[in-house]
Amino acid sequence: MVNIKINDREVHVKEGTTILRAAEQAHMPIPHLCYLKDINEIGACRVCVVEIKGVNKLVPACNNVVQEGMEIYTNSPRVREARRTNVELILSQHDCLCATCVRSGNCSLQKIANDLGIITTEYARNVPANSWPQDYPLIRDASKCIKCMRCIQICEKVQGVNIWDVAKTGSRTTVGVSHNRRITESDCALCGQCITHCPVGALRERDDTAKLLALNGAFADPNKVTVVQVAPAVRTAWGEELGLTREEATPQRLVAALKALGFDYVFDTDFGADLTIMEEGSEFLERLKHRDQYAFPMFTSCCPGWMRYLKGHHPEMVGQLSTAKSPHQMQGAITKTYFAEKMGIDPDKIYNISIMPCVAKKAEADIPNINDAGHGKDVDLVLTTREIVRMIRADHLDVKNLPEQEFDSPLGTGTGAGVIFGATGGVMEAALRTCYYLITGKNPYPDAFYMVRGLDGWKEACIDIAGTTVRVAVVSGLGNTEKLIRALKRGEVAYDFVEVMACPGGCVGGGGQPIHDGEELAGTRGDNLYFLDRGSELRFSHENPDILDLYKNYLDAPLSHRAHELLHTDHTGWKMPGEVK
Amino acid sequence: MSRLSIATKSAAQTTVEHLYKDLERRIVASPPGLCPVDMASAFLKLCHAQTCGKCVPCRVGLGQLSQMLESVLDGEATLETIDLIERTARVIADTADCAIGFSAANMVLKGVRGFRDDYEEHIRHGKCLASLEQPVPCVALCPAGVDIPGYIALVHEGRFADAVRLIRKDNPFPTACALVCEHPCEARCRRNMIDSSVNIRGMKLAAVDNAGEVPAPERMPSTGKRIAIIGGGPSGLSAAYYLQLMGHQTTVFEMHKHLGGMLYYGIPSYRLPRERLDSDINAILSTGVEVRLNSPVGEGEGKISINDLRDQYDAVYISIGAHTDKKVGLPGEDAKGVISAVEMLGTLADGGTIDLKDKRVCVIGGGNVAMDVTRSAIRLGAKTVYTVYRRRQVDMTALVEEVRSAIAEGAEILELHAPVRIETDENNHVTALIAQPKLIGKYGRDGRPAPADSELPEKRIPCDVVIVAIGQGIETHYFEERGIPIKRGVIAAADWSAVENAPGVFAGGDCVTGPATAIRAIAAGKVAAANIDNYLGYNHVIETKIDIPAPKIKDDPACGRINVKERPASERRCDFDAVECKLTPEEICQESGRCLRCDHFGYGIFKGGRETKW
Repeated sequence: MVNIKINDREVHVKEGTTILRAAEQAHMPIPHLCYLKDINEIGACRVCVVEIKGVNKLVPACNNVVQEGMEIYTNSPRVREARRTNVELILSQHDCLCATCVRSGNCSLQKIANDLGIITTEYARNVPANSWPQDYPLIRDASKCIKCMRCIQICEKVQGVNIWDVAKTGSRTTVGVSHNRRITESDCALCGQCITHCPVGALRERDDTAKLLALNGAFADPNKVTVVQVAPAVRTAWGEELGLTREEATPQRLVAALKALGFDYVFDTDFGADLTIMEEGSEFLERLKHRDQYAFPMFTSCCPGWMRYLKGHHPEMVGQLSTAKSPHQMQGAITKTYFAEKMGIDPDKIYNISIMPCVAKKAEADIPNINDAGHGKDVDLVLTTREIVRMIRADHLDVKNLPEQEFDSPLGTGTGAGVIFGATGGVMEAALRTCYYLITGKNPYPDAFYMVRGLDGWKEACIDIAGTTVRVAVVSGLGNTEKLIRALKRGEVAYDFVEVMACPGGCVGGGGQPIHDGEELAGTRGDNLYFLDRGSELRFSHENPDILDLYKNYLDAPLSHRAHELLHTDHTGWKMPGEVK
Repeated sequence: MSRLSIATKSAAQTTVEHLYKDLERRIVASPPGLCPVDMASAFLKLCHAQTCGKCVPCRVGLGQLSQMLESVLDGEATLETIDLIERTARVIADTADCAIGFSAANMVLKGVRGFRDDYEEHIRHGKCLASLEQPVPCVALCPAGVDIPGYIALVHEGRFADAVRLIRKDNPFPTACALVCEHPCEARCRRNMIDSSVNIRGMKLAAVDNAGEVPAPERMPSTGKRIAIIGGGPSGLSAAYYLQLMGHQTTVFEMHKHLGGMLYYGIPSYRLPRERLDSDINAILSTGVEVRLNSPVGEGEGKISINDLRDQYDAVYISIGAHTDKKVGLPGEDAKGVISAVEMLGTLADGGTIDLKDKRVCVIGGGNVAMDVTRSAIRLGAKTVYTVYRRRQVDMTALVEEVRSAIAEGAEILELHAPVRIETDENNHVTALIAQPKLIGKYGRDGRPAPADSELPEKRIPCDVVIVAIGQGIETHYFEERGIPIKRGVIAAADWSAVENAPGVFAGGDCVTGPATAIRAIAAGKVAAANIDNYLGYNHVIETKIDIPAPKIKDDPACGRINVKERPASERRCDFDAVECKLTPEEICQESGRCLRCDHFGYGIFKGGRETKW
């Protein structure tokens, strides 16, 4: 233990504690801006500086540890002056157009400036010009960037993709796409982790809400039937920015909100997830049966960030991906075929919208060869959780008092197995539940495969199903994924089936989810999914009655010809920038 | 009113003079990797502030140049802007009335020509080619990339053995380098911005002086691969050390009877005592290196052929160094009493002696080797030693401290004298060196002022011995005949050490670069080890798990640099014992505390501050 004084109060903390953490523990928090625990502790913004008795320089609290006998002042006159001045300097290069910023009200710079009561500043404005392809799913606004470097760090240290880097030098130092590339020619996975770790509005998803809301948008078009589907992870997070408790923010209240916004049908991507399990699980068993014809492990294919990564970094392994489409693309294809037929709706009139915790899905829906229903794009529009929250706020919906509503039928029924798709390990667990059934003809205990749960970046298990040993692994985060691939290539590990999610913690921690600076909510949101699973009457994808009907009446059986046509895709049918044709 | 008054500096002028000094030091500490266009623009601004304002080209033109450079940096220029910059600078250079204008314009011209691609990148892509890859200046400038802030922090805590372990991760010659490294690391030390660079070599000396014997790390499991290393100098032994650690088996073929190459045969023991060098060599050998002394590679009896080595080993590393001496080409050079520096230092290293007692000696040359033979001659009892050099003393390539020590020990530096012939008696014995006095003149393309003949008559320097120290060459003939490519007198190897068209053959050190420094040879050995390992199909990682002390939170007021003291000149000139004294504990503590820890403060904490493995 180290004995120090903070603002003249005696404090005892563990050796190696940073000044920032020590002050926080002593309930004297120090404002900070660029700091991101374990990821960006570079002391760049100089907002967290403190005064230490006997030291002339002011010292950043975020990356310096306490020393015995240290006397720290967090609000001395010099500290106050320095903190305010440095924030003013940052503001001089920030466009400060808060009224038109997606992060207004959830911006760390805005909060610090407001907290400090900065209402005037003596510095001249010197805001860098912005230039960025506005049709790219990921948008960077140079005139908002405060050069905290978090995006560079998260992309390098957590995701290992290194899309961002410091560009230029001297006074013009800024953040740019690495190796002097344009973003459109980069191998960006579009995971969106840079967005969710940006303290300001410099990074965001492309806002596509106008395609629904504008006067020429889908809502206003009398010839359009709007069919929306909601991904599992969205239900865990949508209420966070709307002031709802987790108890209030139920999936059914989200259905009510979406109905209130004007969507004609509200479906649950859990249905698509169950369908994915039927196809992907059957495909896995098929590959196991003909082991010699396939390279192992088979990789899951529901995460478009992961697909972009694999194609960009290890294109020779693309054949190991399951050919199954991701759940929302399956559901999009089924909506424009089976559902349209069943309901007697002209499929050309259907406008499919997916609400996803994800930025990469925006790019996925634009893949030319992903569309198989024969009526335009299978999924016409992808909105992130954040965009749908903005739409709810725009309409001033009093969501808290909306009576709950059920998802529409027939594509609104999902099982607990579909729900847990949103958490790392969920796809694997759901697949194992059904594989067990397909092999043995009996259901396992639903929680039998609990060992693939949890936030560890790389989990593995050996599962015995009626004498067949299945070696599985689950990774989340692309940095962990690269480690696993390298170990596979070096022959250090061997698996039959691997689930990969690009975002740490899975879709609940997705790059399209609500942003809480300094907090990682994947764990809490994931727990919510497992809670929903436990409470579900149906916990096996193969028991979803609507799925059974779909096969009986339309697709015949998993991996049938029709299923292949609609639900599977050729991952080599499109190219990532730089991928050899 | 008085008729005349004594000019005194105003307070403002005094302050500005201080600022000039600050700026000079700041430029010294300029980190590598800055945008050259940005720098040119900044210099130009300073130049423009110096203008008196009388003449158009300087007063107006420099300002226009400045604006154009800024437009390039802001991405608002076109390729035509570069032409306009060039034209304007050319006209200023041609028409400015004084150096304030034309030298400023010449700086711009130099830049437009020297880094035109940077200009174009800014214009075409709004980006810069420069980047700060290793922002810690000392590490960036150390050819071997030694973790300097790391070991200085360890030295500061008294963890000397850990410091040695950390150095050995990148350089297995900590002791030799502590004594003789030319310390390129100190050149741009950020401490220059405050006072002067940290005595980095001194801190390494503190580590090895106080560490005791530090065992080499454990070897990785044996791979069964065998590598032949030709030449047991710093490069060959460094490669051997790392390859051994990686689990390979190396055999060093050394033509001399002692390992160490130029560290042993080229550096006198008063600078690098033999037992100190041996402590490094012994640690290297403890990893299991096989050594064949007196084993030259070549053609003929008792020699091993390179092709046999290529057949018998999985890879071959050629690190033969530069051991042949260059001739000056003077009449009388074959006279009795004329010896080469290589011959003299080699004889002394092998325990022989050269009788210079009470003789008059002339040394030809101005490099570090010239200083080595000068100071050795003094120690051998020479009556007088003249070091004859055709340029000025300040132009000598020898380290300033070497020249200073030589003079203190009694050497006479005869600058601006070019030897023209050696005078001999009837027995073909040296009687004098005849030298032509020179006049230092205009700067040549190499950026150094060239000496021209002066009108003064030739000077006769009576002497009994002439020692020629004008450089070394490389024995390339044999290798060339065996298909190893030679270019401009050196072995042609890629920057990753591989020799073209000779699979499995690698080369590095002086035989590839020409005579250079020990640390460059060591770095080449490290590079070769990594690439030989990959060539053999492995990717062994060299790393240390030493935790580096966190930097102390402190202020850094200007504080004088502590230099390593030398024994008094009158005492040390009489023997070949070590010249340098040990640093005291208080000196070590204070000097190591001057390190600004650029690995933690500034860019180092963000990117590239510490490579823990390679």
